[in-house]
Amino acid sequence: MIKLDAKIPEGPLAEKWSLYKKNVHLVNPANKTKIDIILVGTGLSGSAAASSLAELGYNVKAFCFQDAPRRAHSVAAQGGINAAKNYRNDSDSVFRLFYDIIKGGDFRAREANVYRAAEVSNQTIDQLVAAGTPFAREYSGYLDNRSFGGVQVSRTFYAKGQTGQQCLLGAYSGLIRQIAKGKVTMYSRRDMLDLVIIDGKARGIITRNLVTGEIERHSAHAVILATGGYGTIYYLSTLALGSNPSAAWAAHKKGALFANPSFVQIHPTSIPQMNDYQAKLTLMSESLRNDGRIWVPKAKGDKRAPNSIPEEERDYYLERRYPAFGNLVPRDVASRAAKERCDAGYGVGDTGLSVYLDFSKSIEKQGKKAIENKYGNLFEMYNKITGINPYNEPMRIYPAGHYTMGGLWVDYNLMTTIPGLFAIGESNFSDHGANRLGAGSLMQCAGEGYFVIPVTISSFLSDEIKTPKIPTSHPEFEKAEKESKDKLHKLLSINGKQTVTAFHRRLGKIMWDHCGMVRNEEGLKKAIELIAKLKEEFWKDVKVPGALNELNQELEKAVRVADFFELARLMCQDAINRKESCGAHFREESQTPEGEAQRIDSEYSYVAAWEYCGEDKEHNLHKEALKFENIELKERSYK
Amino acid sequence: MNIKLEIWRQKDAKSKGGFVTYPLDGVSEGMSFLEMMDFLNTTLIKKGDEPVAFEHDCREGICGSCSLYINGRAHGPAHETTTCELRMTKFRNGDRIVVEPWRSKAFPLIKDLIVDRSSFEKIMQAGGFISVNTGAAPEANSIPIPKNHADEAFDSAVCVGCGACVATCKNSSAMLFVSAKISQLALLPQGQVEAKTRVQNMVTKMDDLGFGNCTNTGACEAECPKGIKIANIARMNREFICAKMGAQKMSL
Ligand SMILES: Cc1cc2nc3c(=O)[nH]c(=O)nc-3n(C[C@H](O)[C@H](O)[C@H](O)COP(=O)(O)OP(=O)(O)OC[C@H]3O[C@@H](n4cnc5c(N)ncnc54)[C@H](O)[C@@H]3O)c2cc1C
Ligand code: FES
Repeated sequence: MIKLDAKIPEGPLAEKWSLYKKNVHLVNPANKTKIDIILVGTGLSGSAAASSLAELGYNVKAFCFQDAPRRAHSVAAQGGINAAKNYRNDSDSVFRLFYDIIKGGDFRAREANVYRAAEVSNQTIDQLVAAGTPFAREYSGYLDNRSFGGVQVSRTFYAKGQTGQQCLLGAYSGLIRQIAKGKVTMYSRRDMLDLVIIDGKARGIITRNLVTGEIERHSAHAVILATGGYGTIYYLSTLALGSNPSAAWAAHKKGALFANPSFVQIHPTSIPQMNDYQAKLTLMSESLRNDGRIWVPKAKGDKRAPNSIPEEERDYYLERRYPAFGNLVPRDVASRAAKERCDAGYGVGDTGLSVYLDFSKSIEKQGKKAIENKYGNLFEMYNKITGINPYNEPMRIYPAGHYTMGGLWVDYNLMTTIPGLFAIGESNFSDHGANRLGAGSLMQCAGEGYFVIPVTISSFLSDEIKTPKIPTSHPEFEKAEKESKDKLHKLLSINGKQTVTAFHRRLGKIMWDHCGMVRNEEGLKKAIELIAKLKEEFWKDVKVPGALNELNQELEKAVRVADFFELARLMCQDAINRKESCGAHFREESQTPEGEAQRIDSEYSYVAAWEYCGEDKEHNLHKEALKFENIELKERSYK
Repeated sequence: MNIKLEIWRQKDAKSKGGFVTYPLDGVSEGMSFLEMMDFLNTTLIKKGDEPVAFEHDCREGICGSCSLYINGRAHGPAHETTTCELRMTKFRNGDRIVVEPWRSKAFPLIKDLIVDRSSFEKIMQAGGFISVNTGAAPEANSIPIPKNHADEAFDSAVCVGCGACVATCKNSSAMLFVSAKISQLALLPQGQVEAKTRVQNMVTKMDDLGFGNCTNTGACEAECPKGIKIANIARMNREFICAKMGAQKMSL
């Protein structure tokens, strides 16, 4: 029987982390060198963790599916990374950052974890700068900041529109230094297929070498997953195409609870879908909403070119509905507002599924150069894809699947419900509640990798110093390897008529229609039926060419899509269970008279952590009650 | 539109490869180049053929995974554009499009259009970092950096490590890639301490791995999808000479 214990340390909120560090059991330096840690995923969270753990003396085995850690999806983050430095003297503080994250998440995150994330954010900026991350600076030579949605202070550090790239390369530089020293062994081009549990503890993984196709066994004293998010479940999303839930899902099937799976952020400003062949949607960073104004024509179906629609005939609907925050309302609010306008017939473009993001006012006020300095590469990217020059004409944007707040349930130590298995970065559920604020993920990923996991992992490892190396000849490895191979052989043997991508596309559509920006019970129930049918069809009619023992990209995709079906069902089950609206989870049945999300705190102030009970069986729900001792629960208002 | 593709097919590193011609009908102008390749692969799979292996991930020009040599040019005909950002509007009905992998001794072929770029990783591991342990960093604003230096460092730091510079250079030189990292770190005060050893270690590693020399043809700069400037190479050479002289002086 699983009992959820978040292991939140005693003491006042602001002192919990210091007290924890004071009391945590340590592993002495000599013993650290005898301990192996497997780290799957070398994005921002994984790279930061790998270098930090190796510096402490642990032997790290790191894995990624790309050919090099520098290509992890973190590289694509655009707008920025938050910290509570208060460089602007605008009354920012660790508490205010903590408060903004909790409120932004619509009061569905755990106070203690969020406070810690805010607390280590400042040190993270120090660390990245020291590693050579070229953040934007003012003429004085000091670091520049900008504003992001959902807050009233300027606390976002950035490097033009390539903040993720620069942060990842900063963390990666620490990682490669440890690879050179031999403290990290890097296994690139590997897919994690399964988790190996011995005597109740996570002790290893099964991987597929993506070049040779070989199935491999790797063992360690503990396993950390840093495998990112699963927004690719919608097929079209802002994520890199390889982003996937498979590693986390394998852990889930072995006993790790999966928390709030249906909390997915739909980002308001992506370039709209243009045709049926499209493989992904490109994000236009939220930072653009600092200087861009969002509008649609006041008249339904107005087909005039944007520049010939006079000012008084434009509806700046965010400024109208949310005067206090205007264009900088949080993402979920902005996304739904765009959908509302488009559904009501005011959308623009051929499909009517987009709204304008207009820079003319800012260009007029600040000059083209200033705008180019801030957003040059984003404007270029937009121009390349659409052929429209946003310096002269407003961008067209529409919401797209973007970030998964849900993920593996972890306690304060970032340990899952499987002893010895940890999850960091986007792969866990920990900090963002029902909605993530912009620039909060890089902050969480780097903070957890650099400063949290190196400390909290010793709470587990301090009891493992007598454990010898784990032999990969253990029967559990044999069993897991066999199961992985069987699954791959099965996929290869179906030899049906439809491609893996065709299935993924259809699944994505079901999820977008019924478990996307707006949900209702009827739609979700229908989705569960559709998913089950599609899954059955997949296992009868998918065509995976090629063989096991070679580079086989279709097989890689097939493994992921097979997992997507199972995760999709759980997402719907989670969304059905939560009859309230909160953050990105908008249940039509639960809204205020003004059409805003209506939380039901008396019934749903908990984390829904789901237990796997076998294929095609309903999951079991476990609840972690959320206690708010330091802030008052309020209706989240941005008006 | 209808196009005729000539694509390099090679089963694995050991097999012999060659061009295979694929006529492809029904390509839409709205497709990106890689969506066109996806479309080709769908057709191949449905016919029972093996799809063409090519590398990609972010599909928005930032991860550096994609890498095709298209009609004799790295990342194809568009300026400062990665293959994944390339659109089919750049091509016309009836075009013949030749698609090859990067070709360089230092990038051995793995399959079809995928090559092994781990030599880039090895160069980075030789010194592409500042040796600061987690926790040892000073307060971020304690060292102001002139904006123009920070901006210039950023311009060098945007390299995505795709390898187009090597593929395009007749000597297979990796100078643009290496110099971008050296410049970034040399321009920042944090990178000064190790500047001398860094440049020597990285350049030595680059030579050891079989990359060629730079003869200043400028092809790398012209084909770099991220607009990395050849001025980085000049800076690296300066840094290298200074480091060598400095090192000799020290050892005298
Ligand atoms: C377009 C875009 C823009 C964004 N902009 C911002 C922003 O401005 N600010 C912000 O804070 N956040 C932003 N985000 C969110 C943020 O980028 C991500 O949440 C964050 O980078 C995730 O980092 P990570 O370390 O958790 O995982 P990732 O960087 O996604 O890395 C995952 C790692 O796991 C590995 N992996 C995955 N599956 C497997 C497997 N099965 N086997 C082996 N290895 C595996 C991968 O190879 C990779 O190394 C943005 C996201 C997107 C999509
Ligand atoms: S796929 Fe990422 S740069 Fe082309």
